[in-house]
Amino acid sequence: MAVAPKVREARPLAIAREPAPRQWRRPRLPKTMAARAGLIVASLLFLLPFYWMANSALKNIQELSAFPPTLYPHAPAFDNFVRAVTYIPFGTFLLNSVILTAGVTIGAAISNPLIAYGFSRIQWPGRDFVFGIVLATIFLPFPVLIVALFDIFAKLHWIDTFLPIIVPAFFGNPFFIFLMRQFFLGLPNEISEQARIDGANEFQVFLHIILPLAKPAVAVVVIFAAVQAWGEFLTPLLFLQDETKYPLSIGLQFYRQEHDVSYNLLMAASTLIVIPVVVLFLAFQRFFIQGVTVGAVKG
Amino acid sequence: MIAAPLFRRFNLTYQDRRNLRTALPFIAPWIIGFLAFTVYPIVYSLYLSFQRYSGFGDAVPVGLANYHYMLKDPLFWKSLINTLYYMALAVPVGVVVALVLAMMMNQRVREVAIYRAAFYLPSIIPLFALTFIFIVLLNPGFGFVDYVLGLLHLPAVNWLGDPHWTKISVVLLAQLGAGGPALIFLAALRAVPQELYESATLDGAGAIRRFYKITWPLITPVILFDLIYGMILGIQIFTPAFVLTGGTSGGGAYTAGPDNSLLFYVYYLYKQAFQYSDMGYASAMAWVLFVISVVLAVAIMRWSRYWVHYEAD
Repeated sequence: MAVAPKVREARPLAIAREPAPRQWRRPRLPKTMAARAGLIVASLLFLLPFYWMANSALKNIQELSAFPPTLYPHAPAFDNFVRAVTYIPFGTFLLNSVILTAGVTIGAAISNPLIAYGFSRIQWPGRDFVFGIVLATIFLPFPVLIVALFDIFAKLHWIDTFLPIIVPAFFGNPFFIFLMRQFFLGLPNEISEQARIDGANEFQVFLHIILPLAKPAVAVVVIFAAVQAWGEFLTPLLFLQDETKYPLSIGLQFYRQEHDVSYNLLMAASTLIVIPVVVLFLAFQRFFIQGVTVGAVKG
Repeated sequence: MIAAPLFRRFNLTYQDRRNLRTALPFIAPWIIGFLAFTVYPIVYSLYLSFQRYSGFGDAVPVGLANYHYMLKDPLFWKSLINTLYYMALAVPVGVVVALVLAMMMNQRVREVAIYRAAFYLPSIIPLFALTFIFIVLLNPGFGFVDYVLGLLHLPAVNWLGDPHWTKISVVLLAQLGAGGPALIFLAALRAVPQELYESATLDGAGAIRRFYKITWPLITPVILFDLIYGMILGIQIFTPAFVLTGGTSGGGAYTAGPDNSLLFYVYYLYKQAFQYSDMGYASAMAWVLFVISVVLAVAIMRWSRYWVHYEAD
């Protein structure tokens, strides 16, 4: 600050300039530039797997095994996609994946709003304590349960059916309950009160007043449940042993059963599995971002 | 009604009781699911852990034999050490990567939405698919990563064939999930009041000092959450190791990666239960895993008292 007068004196060339150039500061530009450069490099690293998947999916086997690797397919082999879906019973696996995803998503869409309502819009004694248990189960590693669950489902004759994967979704998921509850807590109490005064019972308040307002939160639950179910690996691996029941996650192993692995077909099949997720993300990006940052509210 | 004396014991008002009755049908699905798919399996595995049981026929009580065997089973220790080693790398690296991404995104860059999307997208891609892509990217014969290392005059690495590098490969793969935590950190960074930075700058605090004195204390609660969550994800690491090592196609005889370097705890538990049909031993392992997770979570919570800053309000 004290230097300012001196700077002004030592500036004879600036007389004609209007307005006078501002005092020199640490340039702000390079700071964002550095961040920007870092962000661009990091983005490329995070997107590289997608590019390399598509790139490898379109190479023929000679080009795929060449070194140095070609950075784009010189002779794009589009028929890899046709070969990929005929090499394994892709249609069966796809259908199974779709059924599992649909079942889990429907279960999540029904159970979580209902449960979260009971933990947010009704004030009952012990509620926050019980909700603490709900949150604690987020931190229970699922593999702790797999041996016992397998035996239980085996005794119920549920192995090789979709029930062990779909049924639990109808009983709520702690993360989704938390997410819906955060949303419900944000709605003013007066709207429920008004409906109750008008003679609605609690279920009617939930179904006709609160649930319609909660559509964005239900949408978040639905897309997260769908994405999770689509990529689910451990539960189908455990509970489905009949190959005709495999979803894509398990079925893809078949590309590697023979001695030489057809990586280009594997990449083509992976591309087909990844595309719906990318499309869903591009269409509903806002919901994904909201869903992730709900956690930040509470920390 | 058994509940009636309970009501009296807790001194519940009429209103309380009515609310409880109203809420019960709403939370009933969770209560049933929690009992059937969480509490019962945990209790049942404790019972199984004292049995010799193949999954078929009757379980034979063997007392503490499964736990005794665990103590002298070299593969059990190998799998435990592999997992702890993996967590010791993946969890801190994950926090740092997510924090660096968030801090770069917090630099008022206009096109932040693009970076946010790019960073988050891999987290929703099925992990098995990302693992397949990694197999191609890291291939020692035609992989892109070794090609780039060659361009930089660095020695090629046998990522999936050298037992010293296999776990590093899984740590790298796990970093593709950094987008979610980065978004959470970004939200926390944006919640830091700007006035704090302005007055600190006026007082002559540099960027590093501002970070340690203002940013870090205010985001420690979110860091703690991410640490615990990362740890719980880390301790159950399975899918990448399973897919990388050939999974089902190998059958029971295959080792989990070169020198069993990818034999993580849950992978070994899976092998014991579903490839060697030793459900009793696997149940004992499940219980030990349960105890380790609880101990780790409690330890981190205790430790957090020394560094997590909660706003006094």
